[in-house]
Amino acid sequence: MLHATIWIPFLIAVLVPLTRRVPRLHAGWTVLAIPVALFLYFLMQIQGVRAGEYTLSTIPWMPSLGINITLYLDGLGLLFALLITGMGALVILYSIYYLNKRTESIHHFYIYLLMFMGAMLGVVLSDNLMVLYGFWELTSITSFLLIAFWHRRERSRYGALKSMLITVFGGLAMFAGFNLLYVMSGSYSIREIITQVDGLTGEPLFIPALLLILLGAFTKSAQFPFHIWLPDAMEAPTPVSAYLHSATMVKAGLYLVARLSPVFAGQSEWFWLISIVGLITLLFGSFKAIKQTDLKALLAYSTISQLGLIMCLLGLGSAAAFFPGTEESVLYAMATTAAIFHLINHAVFKGSLFMVVGIIDHETNTRDLRKLGGLISLMPVTFSVALIGAFSMAGLPPFSGFLSKEMFFTALLNIRDLNVLEVKSWLILFPVIAWTASVFTFVYSMILVFKTFTGKLQKEKLDKVPHEAPLGLLLSPVLLVSLAVIFGFFPNLLSHSLIEPAVASVHYGLLPPAETFPVSIHFWHGWTPEIFMTLGVVAVGVILYRGYSRLKFLEREWKGRDSLNRLYDGSLVLMERGSARLTSLYMTGSNRHYLLYIFGFFILALGSALLGAEGITLGMSHYAPLSLYETVVVAVMLLAALAVPFAKSRVNAILFTGAVGYMVTLLFVIFRAPDLALTQMIVETVSVILFLMCFKYLPKLKTVKERSGFRLPNLLIAVGVGLTMTVIALAAMGSSPFPAISEFFLKESYSLAGGKNVVNVILVDFRGFDTLFEIMVLAVASLAIYGLVNLRMEPGVSGRIPGEKRENRALLLRSNDVILRTMSKVIVIIIITFSMYLFFAGHNQPGGGFIGALMTSAALVLMAIAFGMDTVRKVLPLNYRMITAVGLLIAILTAAGSFIFGAPFLSHSFGHFMLPVMGDTELATAVLFDLGVYLAVVGVTMNIIFTIGGDE
Amino acid sequence: MELIMAVAVGILFTIGVYLILSKSLLRIVLGTSLLTHGVHLLLLTMAGLKTGSAPVLGGQGETYVDPLPQALILTSIVISFGVTAFFFVLAYRAYQTLGTDEMDSLKGEEQ
Repeated sequence: MLHATIWIPFLIAVLVPLTRRVPRLHAGWTVLAIPVALFLYFLMQIQGVRAGEYTLSTIPWMPSLGINITLYLDGLGLLFALLITGMGALVILYSIYYLNKRTESIHHFYIYLLMFMGAMLGVVLSDNLMVLYGFWELTSITSFLLIAFWHRRERSRYGALKSMLITVFGGLAMFAGFNLLYVMSGSYSIREIITQVDGLTGEPLFIPALLLILLGAFTKSAQFPFHIWLPDAMEAPTPVSAYLHSATMVKAGLYLVARLSPVFAGQSEWFWLISIVGLITLLFGSFKAIKQTDLKALLAYSTISQLGLIMCLLGLGSAAAFFPGTEESVLYAMATTAAIFHLINHAVFKGSLFMVVGIIDHETNTRDLRKLGGLISLMPVTFSVALIGAFSMAGLPPFSGFLSKEMFFTALLNIRDLNVLEVKSWLILFPVIAWTASVFTFVYSMILVFKTFTGKLQKEKLDKVPHEAPLGLLLSPVLLVSLAVIFGFFPNLLSHSLIEPAVASVHYGLLPPAETFPVSIHFWHGWTPEIFMTLGVVAVGVILYRGYSRLKFLEREWKGRDSLNRLYDGSLVLMERGSARLTSLYMTGSNRHYLLYIFGFFILALGSALLGAEGITLGMSHYAPLSLYETVVVAVMLLAALAVPFAKSRVNAILFTGAVGYMVTLLFVIFRAPDLALTQMIVETVSVILFLMCFKYLPKLKTVKERSGFRLPNLLIAVGVGLTMTVIALAAMGSSPFPAISEFFLKESYSLAGGKNVVNVILVDFRGFDTLFEIMVLAVASLAIYGLVNLRMEPGVSGRIPGEKRENRALLLRSNDVILRTMSKVIVIIIITFSMYLFFAGHNQPGGGFIGALMTSAALVLMAIAFGMDTVRKVLPLNYRMITAVGLLIAILTAAGSFIFGAPFLSHSFGHFMLPVMGDTELATAVLFDLGVYLAVVGVTMNIIFTIGGDE
Repeated sequence: MELIMAVAVGILFTIGVYLILSKSLLRIVLGTSLLTHGVHLLLLTMAGLKTGSAPVLGGQGETYVDPLPQALILTSIVISFGVTAFFFVLAYRAYQTLGTDEMDSLKGEEQ
């Protein structure tokens, strides 16, 4: 069931497009059912989780890597799951009235939103770090899509990209951190890592892992200085801002910190980084919020500031881990309680405030504070919602925000007594900064309410007369603020059911199992320092707010982009330009350069590997004997090869290359490879004919000397490659780390495949798949040649290059030599018969489909030379492309035929049959496969020859 | 014998690579041909030379040479035939269309 909660949103997201079938119904109504159902499901789990019955379920995914989709529902996960589904339901309800089903692409919207919901649930329920990471990035992607929902706006695209780059950057750092944890602990499971904490803390990689993971948490939760993406994310539709960018996604960072607290709390780096970064963010965000003129921007900075507050509280709470199992531990854990409580409160009041701003935007078409004012009489309900939300945010009684703010102060005052770190005197700064930030928070909360709703209505600045929003839009914010009131009066509704189990998971293992952290939240504690701090906040805040109005804060020109944003924009431009410049530096478009890189790298990689690797010996102990004859063959081959670069004319170059080929054929004979020798000989012959047919269309070789600056690097690289290859050849002879598979082939060739020619058996049976693909490659090559030659050029270019006429063609295509013509009539038949023999003998004697086919082709080519291509075409009116296709088909069908007998692809069988003429014959299905090869190769070769030779 | 073959392989590779790096398409195609020969001989040499009779069972010898490189080479010969033919036609077609077979002139204009 737990898995279903994650997959259901994705599944429904796929089905959302179906709602187009009922255009009368807003798609949101269908979608709404999902979060509501999931919310109810998670509500029912509260009882069990409180009693300590944690649900755990696993679906194996990649068990060999330790990656399984393990979901785990404990107090912390449950709290977030309720937040995600509960806020999800309210936001979707709100969006039904906010987004017009005719003018907006609401189907996209709901698909993205549901995907986000599923991904976010995945983040908070996963026990496996890799799965968590996957869902984490998925939330970044869906956030990207939702911010860019109005993708025609430039600002939307800018904001979407910014949020994506920053959060994914952090996500990657976190990924690295997770893997470091894995390296140390050997597990991706959070619960398992927690059990191994004692062994991990001493590891040298522990602190790097901590830092990397915090980078992920800070970027996601918009902590200073990574907060810059959040204000730009406000380009998203308001329901998205309320949901992703204040209630859920930005809290993923907080979740991560809370979730990994049992691992890292107790490290002083963890304590300091989180509390100080949180504190700076709190102060910075609250100060920036005052300066905003756009209501949504104000809320964005306010969200940044509040996230900083919760982050700071989580940091302070981690101090509890310095004193496991003692009174002090309980004292500092109060901060964690405050964090969890404030997390809920923040979702409640910030969600309602975003919705209020959405309503104002909807009704007045502006969010600019300079244009707004006096809406109180026109929109009384909205005003009440805003008032309660803002007061809760400012930390005023009797709303829930007051309670968590008080607890925040308590936590800060407690931390002054922390003396383990010997920096006691500095800790006094904590409450001071927090108090200052609270004053700013008070001021911007007041601005939000009173600048918008009181004062004079500026009708001339608005495009339409505002009036109260429809009931549907008001429903969600009203529900939310009533929660702020209810939690304010009855905080203990939450404390036992949700906060206590959540705190227990954050401080897992700190207390003996029987004890729990007591959570009781009260309104009145007497005249404590906290209450005086709150009074001070109100007093100073009111003075500042008056000064703010008096000083005409809003009319002032603030610099549009602050330095951090300029840094981001600048570095982005710099990186784009830099990478473009770097790329064009080596991606020159010159084929030769690329080849130089490739060969250079080849020498470096292979050469260094060979030199560096151990256990490689060069050369072997027993060399084969050397005879004069062989030396001569090798020498001739090398001389012919050396002559190629120096050849002055094309014919010579081609003939020299051919000579090398024939020498290689001789070597094959010497080295007992009859199949190879046969194949090489025919291929060489056909290739030389091909070359000669083709080359006359090519320009003469340039005799102009190439610059030495061009030749020298070429020569160096070439010699380098040659040396490397020689060393590789020697190394390959000398070292064989494991026994060769060839023994198996030699032993089993007859018993398993019924063939005595092992090479042929390997081709058609053992490695039949290779052969199948090979003939396909050939077929593709021949079709490409056919396509290239028969490609119709644009008119004007189609003419041949002048001077390259086809005088030579006549020679090639039709010989006048009577002797040749007479002889070839006989010879062709002999060759074809021989090719048939080669084909049938192939399984047991040298030969086979390839060789037979090449031999047949050679006969046909001879015929073409003797009688001309047209004669051959007339005598044998065959479509060679068709023959190729038939061959491929036979090969594939033979291979697939083994399915009928329940054997895997390309299984062969053989047996003895009595045939009418031939008597007892051994037949193997491999021969059928070989027939396919034969036909394909004949088709390919003849297609190539006729296409090139017959081109007009 | 193997030593000589190793050196021969190196030389074939050197010439092949040198030709491939030159400007003329025709030389490049010939270079790939020589490179292929080098590869074939390398494969064959790796397994040791003349260690037995040809890998056709039922022959006179008790031991056979390694059949696997031979199967690999056979495949390679035929493939390289197809690829070389394709290369040639490409070169000739490029020349026909663009009037040059120089690699640097064939390069497209900078975007």
